[in-house]
Amino acid sequence: MSTAPVNVIDPVDTRSSTAQLSVRNVAKVFPGKKDLFSKLTGKTRRDFVAIQDISLDIEPNTFVSIIGPSGCGKSTLLNMIAGLSPVSGGEILLNGAPITGPGPDRGMVFQNYALMPWMTVEENLRFAVETVDPKISAKKRDRIIKEHIQLVGLTGAERKHPHELSGGMRQRVGIARALAINPQMLLMDEPFGALDALTRGFLQDEIERIWEQQRKTVIMITHSIEEALLLSDRIVMMTRGPAARIDEILEVPFPRPRNRDTIQQHPAYKGLKAEMESHLFRETRAVEAERVGG
Amino acid sequence: MAASHSTPGLIVAERQAPLWQNENVRAFALFMLSLGIFLLFWEIGAKSGWFVKGVPTATETIKEFWWWVTNPFYRNGPNDLGIGWNLLISLRRVAIGYIAASLVAVPLGILIGISPVAFKAFNPYVQLLKPISPLAWLPLGLYLLRDSEKTGIFIIFISSIWPTLINTTFGVANVNQDYLDVSKTLGASRLWTIWKVIIPAALPNIVSGLRISMGIAWLVIVAAEMLLGTGLGYFIWNEWNNLSIPNILVAIFIIGLTGLVLDSLFAALEKFVAFGRNS
Ligand SMILES: Nc1ncnc2c1ncn2[C@@H]1O[C@H](COP(=O)(O)OP(=O)(O)OP(=O)(O)O)[C@@H](O)[C@H]1O
Ligand SMILES: [Mg+2]
Repeated sequence: MSTAPVNVIDPVDTRSSTAQLSVRNVAKVFPGKKDLFSKLTGKTRRDFVAIQDISLDIEPNTFVSIIGPSGCGKSTLLNMIAGLSPVSGGEILLNGAPITGPGPDRGMVFQNYALMPWMTVEENLRFAVETVDPKISAKKRDRIIKEHIQLVGLTGAERKHPHELSGGMRQRVGIARALAINPQMLLMDEPFGALDALTRGFLQDEIERIWEQQRKTVIMITHSIEEALLLSDRIVMMTRGPAARIDEILEVPFPRPRNRDTIQQHPAYKGLKAEMESHLFRETRAVEAERVGG
Repeated sequence: MAASHSTPGLIVAERQAPLWQNENVRAFALFMLSLGIFLLFWEIGAKSGWFVKGVPTATETIKEFWWWVTNPFYRNGPNDLGIGWNLLISLRRVAIGYIAASLVAVPLGILIGISPVAFKAFNPYVQLLKPISPLAWLPLGLYLLRDSEKTGIFIIFISSIWPTLINTTFGVANVNQDYLDVSKTLGASRLWTIWKVIIPAALPNIVSGLRISMGIAWLVIVAAEMLLGTGLGYFIWNEWNNLSIPNILVAIFIIGLTGLVLDSLFAALEKFVAFGRNS
């Protein structure tokens, strides 16, 4: 925070009343093992403070990326927002109401797709739609499924099972499934992490195109600086764990619709990229140094 | 399509590969060769008295086999039934005991698998009862049921319940956390999750449990029937009393063949429910 980088917002000042999602002083502690049995077997483990005091406000219709060194607690944070894992301290408000558990107002895209292997593409979507709205009419349901299969460019693969699809196509199904339930926001944990560079690029372009159409709030975890710059309005940079915090939040000013070639011409591109690189480099080097030292 | 056009050389090479280089052809040839050697050894050995007295020759046995499979359904009183009847009797016992066992084991396994409390409560029973030899139940069955037919079915039931139960429990308890997370983020109810996610996800485990159970049921029925009356097991026992070794060999072969067919049915079912998960 010492050198004045481009477009930095102080995290404390980002609190606002218009926020759709509001993370307030959230902490996550994974309890250790200190019971008698563990003591006897010599396998005690201290409490692990993964996240300490994170505050973050997310406005509607923004695309937010979270980036940080490996193991810093990004997935932990996203799982708390999804409601899959409880907070240890603080609270997370969605439209002003605290999150108590998972729900269909937040669509989730998983790194390893998490498609049901026994369901076809169509059935995977139908499962999502029917689970969220059991009373939906067959006509409306089929229309939603068809629309979303079209949206991600999978027309023709409706009756295929996931094992017959490539990784890129599987993640398209994952995205279609998350969108088909019409969530308020989309949560994505390294959605393209398992894909090769070329497929990754195609899917990033798809996400950009779909986002332009729907402008849903998105929170995406990524390890790729270029990906974050192409897609996000804001980039949250986290420090290394344990007790990870938000280091700074970058505002990405590129006009939309974006395209990977034109954004590189933008005057702010180089500065933002350098800022992120130096942050990640610094944190990762510190992680490595601690590992060697400890 | 495009790939096959760009590599015509490969295609031609494949087409011109001589027949004897095909793995299946070679395996079949080796199989036939070993079978031939075995039958020849048997024939010569039996003719020149290498084995104990009374061992039939291969040709005698094959003739006998042919007679039994071409006359499967004759009936000359309870001790002289065609092999088809005996096979049907054994299959019927297995079917009743096995289906009853599956109807208990699958739902119970699902229940134990989804509830850690039920798992801890019922696991001691399973662990204690599982290693008991099925035949150990025979006297108890006869005493309790006072009927050899019911006892046979009871033994099949008690011996084929465990693999299905254990596999179902394991499958249900170890459903991929991602599938459960998907279900949770969609706000699915517990019952809906069990029906739509947990059971289909555990189906490969359930089917392989059913397959092992079927194998065990078929192993056990033959042994149990030796002490009961009618069925393939009794047929063998009866032919032993008649000292008709060829007939015993015929029955052994038919038991093996039936087991093979049953197992292949389940192997096909396993493949059908896998959806690329273990291929
Ligand atoms: N269930 C758990 N029990 C104990 N510690 C955990 C648990 N889950 C995660 N952790 C720890 O919390 C820290 C943060 O984990 P998390 O998976 O959130 O990191 P991440 O930023 O998503 O990493 P990556 O970039 O590798 O995905 C790690 O040090 C991890 O070891
Ligand atoms: Mg992670």
